[in-house]
Amino acid sequence: MRKQLMKGNEAIVKSAILAGCRAFYGYPITPASEIAEAAALYMPQTGGVYVQAESEVASINMLYGAASAGVRAMTASSGPGISLMQEGISYMAGAELPCVIADIMRGGPGLGNIGAEQGDYHQVVKGGGHGNYRTIVLAPHSVQEMADLTSLAFDLADRYRNPVVVLADGFIGQMMEPVEFPQAATAPHLPPWAVAGTAASRRNLITSLELDFDRMEKLQLKLEAKYKAAAERETRAEEWQTADADIVLVGYGIMGRILKAVTTEARAAGLKVGVLRPITLYPFPEAALQRLAKTARLFAVVEMSNGQMVEDVKLALNGSRPVEFYSRVGGNVPSQAEVLKFVYELARREGLAKGAARPVAEEERMAHV
Amino acid sequence: MSNETVQDYVVAHGRAKSFYERFERKDELQHQTHFCPGCGHGTVHKMLARVIDELGIQDRTILVGPVGCGVFTYYYFDVGNISAAHGRAPAVATAVKRSRPGSIVIGYQGDGDLSAIGSAEILHAANRGEHVSLIFINNAVYSMTGGQAAPTTLLGQKTTTTPFGRSAANEGYPMHVCELLATLDAPVYIERVGLGDNRQAMQASRAIRRAIENQVNGLGFSLIEVLAPCPTIWKKTPVEAQRWVRDEMEKVYPLGVYCDRTKARMEAGLTQPAVAPTLDQLPGILGVAEADLPEGNAAALVADKPVDLQVRVAGFGGQGVLLLGEVLAEAGLDAGLDVSWLPSYGPEMRSGTSNCHVRLSRKPIDSPLVAAPNLLVAMNEPSLRKFDRAVRDGGWVIYDGDEFPADCVREGLHTFAAPFTRIADELGNKRAANMVMLGSLLEIASVLPEASVAAALHRMVKNPRWMELDERAIARGRELYRASLKEMVSA
Ligand SMILES: Cc1ncc(C[n+]2csc(CCOP(=O)(O)OP(=O)(O)O)c2C)c(N)n1
Repeated sequence: MRKQLMKGNEAIVKSAILAGCRAFYGYPITPASEIAEAAALYMPQTGGVYVQAESEVASINMLYGAASAGVRAMTASSGPGISLMQEGISYMAGAELPCVIADIMRGGPGLGNIGAEQGDYHQVVKGGGHGNYRTIVLAPHSVQEMADLTSLAFDLADRYRNPVVVLADGFIGQMMEPVEFPQAATAPHLPPWAVAGTAASRRNLITSLELDFDRMEKLQLKLEAKYKAAAERETRAEEWQTADADIVLVGYGIMGRILKAVTTEARAAGLKVGVLRPITLYPFPEAALQRLAKTARLFAVVEMSNGQMVEDVKLALNGSRPVEFYSRVGGNVPSQAEVLKFVYELARREGLAKGAARPVAEEERMAHV
Repeated sequence: MSNETVQDYVVAHGRAKSFYERFERKDELQHQTHFCPGCGHGTVHKMLARVIDELGIQDRTILVGPVGCGVFTYYYFDVGNISAAHGRAPAVATAVKRSRPGSIVIGYQGDGDLSAIGSAEILHAANRGEHVSLIFINNAVYSMTGGQAAPTTLLGQKTTTTPFGRSAANEGYPMHVCELLATLDAPVYIERVGLGDNRQAMQASRAIRRAIENQVNGLGFSLIEVLAPCPTIWKKTPVEAQRWVRDEMEKVYPLGVYCDRTKARMEAGLTQPAVAPTLDQLPGILGVAEADLPEGNAAALVADKPVDLQVRVAGFGGQGVLLLGEVLAEAGLDAGLDVSWLPSYGPEMRSGTSNCHVRLSRKPIDSPLVAAPNLLVAMNEPSLRKFDRAVRDGGWVIYDGDEFPADCVREGLHTFAAPFTRIADELGNKRAANMVMLGSLLEIASVLPEASVAAALHRMVKNPRWMELDERAIARGRELYRASLKEMVSA
């Protein structure tokens, strides 16, 4: 199949429309703005709705409205905007409404900066809104996955009637890579529970309110059962040279890419290293980690956060294997050379470095963003 | 509906068709509402249900309920029901109406909901002229939560959070929602009505009907503010509360029409929605139809030669740093290679420096980040000094300058310096320096077929004047490098 060069942020929108998305509501923010811009260009041409909302609070509530009316809808933002959406995400989970939210992460708490970071893991994967709910979270590591996982996100959102977040970082959003799209577009369909302004849907009700304690408990148990079903059926991870790995590197998104490059170099130097890249962050690939714990000596998590996903790795491994952690934040990326150095140190400590050549890469000046 | 004659006048009562027969969504007392005696919400609910009946729109109606005493609209109204988060009904209603333009979308909000927490949503829905109708219940307090102050609380009015009475110094002045929204150009109809006496109530009913009728007629935003009694929180009897609406609230909130563009909008006519394309047209519209993509020139790529270009391009914004990288990546793709292009973005771009990472490889590319390039294109000295030390041993630096700075020279580093900007200027525009440098890069790397470069250029550069210049610039860049080789040989 022929491919074309495209930015991750643009691929999201094209894939969304091909997946039957017909409404986009958003508010500009770097490094996610291209998503809104592409939606503004394509939605009106493809029979969809595009509105630039007055805030992310409004955006997510517009998604609530579109989803209530049975339309596949999406928004996109970055950390500060996702923070504002949390109330609405909780309402949508409570009202069992599907939607897709792209979070193109930037740096720092507060206004921070626009460098690439992975600091939204907690607020997105653990749920930054109130109450007992979860969002399904997909973490693309390439432009192709931006397209593929966006399409999957809509299916999962509908299947589980729940918000799904595509969690990427500024790099994946901004970079261009070859990408291909399905040539058959999915037709929008009206779910039977939607409130669509028709006689057939008149008795339908969308709400997250339930005053009765027992019924509210039942509703939450139902949500929990859905999340459990999603964990059983939808968990995804990529394993890269893990079969014989002594050290399993764990990273998602752009880190997964860097860890692959590290693995190639480390293997060339005689070290048995592999990569586990979670593709779903919720549900988290616990089973894959537990399986690898039977053969690997240790796990090394590398993140562009000060230690968020590493908590889930530790929970999954439950003390069965040591879990080491390396990170850069603030818009800095752990470079291949840095991570390699970290891996060599671990290998030496574990007595795995025998025969492994010393790293040649010298300290580089990473001048990017 | 049943009519019974009482003395010499007829009392009409009974349930509107748009109300459920029995309020089964309610836990107990399913034959009556949850509203207190004398509550304005109950009165307005009845008015609204009658209007829905009269206009024959029950099946099409979607009610977007608030958080507040009006939260249980879905207990009563036998229409499509959506309950919104506190204050967000206008945003929810916006999207419902946009996606289901044939439906009649009615927002229902209290004064805390609309004028405090949801003030942004209502303002912007009104300003966009959303084709929805909004019923706004102003009872001057937060009733649901037990009687705290609202933006609409009157000066001096005691509430649980203004125990000494509302003071302008601490809480500001009562907010006039109709007056505020009437300053906007988009709304079609805005009226404030009251429930202070029967005459006012009759007018309220008419106004609500107008607001919904406007939507049925395809007109835009209508809002009716209803001054409504809340006897329980106000600690008044229903009759006293009704009087307070008329005697006190009305003084602060004058009744009347604040905006009426009904006639003008009717005359302007309705815009017809664009016809949506068919599904099979979508890939073409999105520019992703495979049939529209070029075949490429993979066959022209020299077989067997390993390709692993790891390029960093850096310079000032406006020098075409990103474009140089893009043409390179595009040409690589055309030649059947795996490629990646990653720009620096945001403030860096704005503060004047710019750089990008480009990779071209026969094998799938692991990391798109080029921390240690084997080819650096430095379009100025600061960029050179920023990245030169990261270049791998055996790598190349192409530098825009008469001479490569002596202190940057190191063993194992190949360098090619030329006054690219000046050369581009001589060619016709110094902004083509990036393409001259690309020409040299292509010559140095000597992996990409010329056809791929030409194809990439055609895809990226739309202006024919630039196209012609860029082609000459690339050719000149190739020549420059070839000439330098000859010089070396003859030297
Ligand atoms: C985010 C949020 N903050 C606060 C509340 C609590 N709350 C529920 S109703 C309400 C005020 C309702 O007052 P109003 O809109 O005037 O309606 P009324 O009850 O007077 O009809 C508040 C503050 C909430 N539900 N959500």
